[in-house]
Amino acid sequence: MAKSVFAMLVIVLLPAGGATAETIAIGSKNFPESYLLAEIAAQWLEAGGHPVERRFGFGGTQLVFGALADGDVDLYPEYNGTITRTILEDASIDGDADRLASLLDERELAFVGRLGFNNTYAVAVRREQAEARGWRDISDLAAVSDIDFAFSHEFMQRDDGWPGLAARYALEQTARGIEHGLAYRALANGDIDATDAYSTDGDIERFDLVLLTDSANYFPRYDAGWLIRADLPAAARERLNGLTGKLSDQAMRALNARVVVDGLSFSAAAAEFLASQGAIGSSADSAATVALAPLVVRHIQLTLIAIVAATVFGFALALAVHRSPRWSGVALYIAGLIQTVPSIALLALMIPLLGIGFVPALAALFLYALLPVLRATLTALGAIAPVYRRVAAAMGMSARQEFVHVLLPLALPHALAGIRTASIICIGTATLAAFIGAGGLGEPIVTGLALSDTRMILSGAVPAAILAMGTDLGFDLLERRLIPPHMRIGR
Amino acid sequence: MEDMPIAKLEFNAVSKRLGQQDVLRDLSLRVPAWGGMALVGESGSGKSTLLSLALGLIEPDSGSINLFDEPLTPTNVRTQRQRIGYALQETGLFPHLSVLDNLCLQGRLLGHESEQLQTRARLLAEQMHLDPDMLKRYPIELSGGQQQRAGICRAMLLEPELLLLDEPFSGLDVVTRNDIYDHFVALANARRCSFLLVTHDLNEAQRLCATVAVLRDGRIVDHGPSERVINDPRHDYVARLVAAQRLHIAHG
Repeated sequence: MAKSVFAMLVIVLLPAGGATAETIAIGSKNFPESYLLAEIAAQWLEAGGHPVERRFGFGGTQLVFGALADGDVDLYPEYNGTITRTILEDASIDGDADRLASLLDERELAFVGRLGFNNTYAVAVRREQAEARGWRDISDLAAVSDIDFAFSHEFMQRDDGWPGLAARYALEQTARGIEHGLAYRALANGDIDATDAYSTDGDIERFDLVLLTDSANYFPRYDAGWLIRADLPAAARERLNGLTGKLSDQAMRALNARVVVDGLSFSAAAAEFLASQGAIGSSADSAATVALAPLVVRHIQLTLIAIVAATVFGFALALAVHRSPRWSGVALYIAGLIQTVPSIALLALMIPLLGIGFVPALAALFLYALLPVLRATLTALGAIAPVYRRVAAAMGMSARQEFVHVLLPLALPHALAGIRTASIICIGTATLAAFIGAGGLGEPIVTGLALSDTRMILSGAVPAAILAMGTDLGFDLLERRLIPPHMRIGR
Repeated sequence: MEDMPIAKLEFNAVSKRLGQQDVLRDLSLRVPAWGGMALVGESGSGKSTLLSLALGLIEPDSGSINLFDEPLTPTNVRTQRQRIGYALQETGLFPHLSVLDNLCLQGRLLGHESEQLQTRARLLAEQMHLDPDMLKRYPIELSGGQQQRAGICRAMLLEPELLLLDEPFSGLDVVTRNDIYDHFVALANARRCSFLLVTHDLNEAQRLCATVAVLRDGRIVDHGPSERVINDPRHDYVARLVAAQRLHIAHG
């Protein structure tokens, strides 16, 4: 029995193997076009005989670029405007392809295979409101006082985003930040009145939005291509160039709509496009389906390892410091400090230290779980009446016997409650691990957010919720099993 | 040939300072090989510190402590403790264990057979007038008096050579207490177990112990047969203590 449980643990805990040397790792950001282009590159390269690994859904430019710079991904779809303004932070490079190439070359990167469309920013509003109030151009908004601007967090920060836009068009209204994946739905529902949109976004038709004209030519060009590492095998690079000029603005918007409006999976839409180019036969499935089991297993791996590590470390740390109020204070303070870092920021902070994927996500979850475990254990050890330790010593118990027979059982009710809290938090937080490519049930949630696909979001969120409830129930049973009734903590 | 009556516990010129206070000053004391000795003194006189030293929980600043005719050292302290029974007013029964498991825990850790321990626990409980049904329960389900009796049973289960008792009878009602006194003395004598009883009840001291030592400000101020110490106090502190308790008894 014990053996088979152990074997099961080993299987569950073993992370999936990494990519081999010649495998090309392809990244994407977490919006549909980026997924779609990345999937096109993946199928296109696969058809050319290159094995690929898909590491899609990074939570922003900095994250996916960081992964590229660290060699965790070999290429991802990017726009020249994003490279000049967000990555190189020098808008003067706009339109100067040679300078862009040389600056990227210094970083051992290259921007290749421009696809032919310009996905620039635009300001989107509801069609009926635009028609009712006669909004056609961004400049029409300057005189409107009762408009609720909400832009994606990235747009709020970018040099070519909201601050410059407001200055150029003399927009004096205030704007708030909103998660891009939620913005269109919020706009369509009337919760907000205007947001930033990508000009090739398939969602624009789906939500019946219109894009206002940029008469002042404020928005720069965002020509799509591939941002690659210079060490990408020449054959793969050559193959990517084969897609140059194959996607116009209109074609891209239609392709995006196949996914976000018609509900095709990224792989099906990508296959359809490549088939239309006569490149390869369409083979992929037609409906967006997610294989749940591996995601659940990965999710359990993430949370289980993080919780076990946090429990062992937290308990050991608590035992080491609990007799000294000063050191207990220091330990709690540090653990508390980590806890104040927002979880997505903590995940992002791991990238420069540990790269992307499973390990950094694990580290972040471990740090997150530490405080509840440590606090509960310290409270529990502090609450043990000195008389019990005195009696234990008087019986001639060794330190180990005292720990096993006295400290542990007396601390267990509080400690278990702490581990329970940490586990529930951890299962929730682990859904964010998808942003740094660690997989788990966050993957369909992140993808679903990008697609505004409620069904896909639920396909991740519901199992995560069930997992959390099941875990809670499991702790309930464990408590009944291990702790006598009068020592259970009322819940 | 008779065994030489060796002392089971011996304090030789022991001093102990805790924080800013001299808790014990140059204290010498012998707990004889059999019978009981009462240690009487008001709160803060150093009684608890003396027990902590005897258990090796703290070490003396100067002087030496002998347990079973051997100096108490960090190396032998654990095995020496295993020969001592310890009971105290708060009982210290572990809340997560049934009363029976509490009684048997030390024996189990020392590798005694479980069944034997349980038989002995039941017998002892009976002798201490503790309903055997109580053994199955958790300590919290027992009355204060029952818990204290269980605590004394735990201390006596392995038939220790020496019992250190820190006011284990206080807080019991008078009827129960009188009942337990007799059972306790009978048991201790039957097992040739000597004991050091910390108390501030002179009546209890006289009833259970052949000798009484009076502790005040970290020193033994009077020491001798119980009758003599109580009826012919040689220190005016003891005289006042006697007077106060007589008064108390008269009014009680």
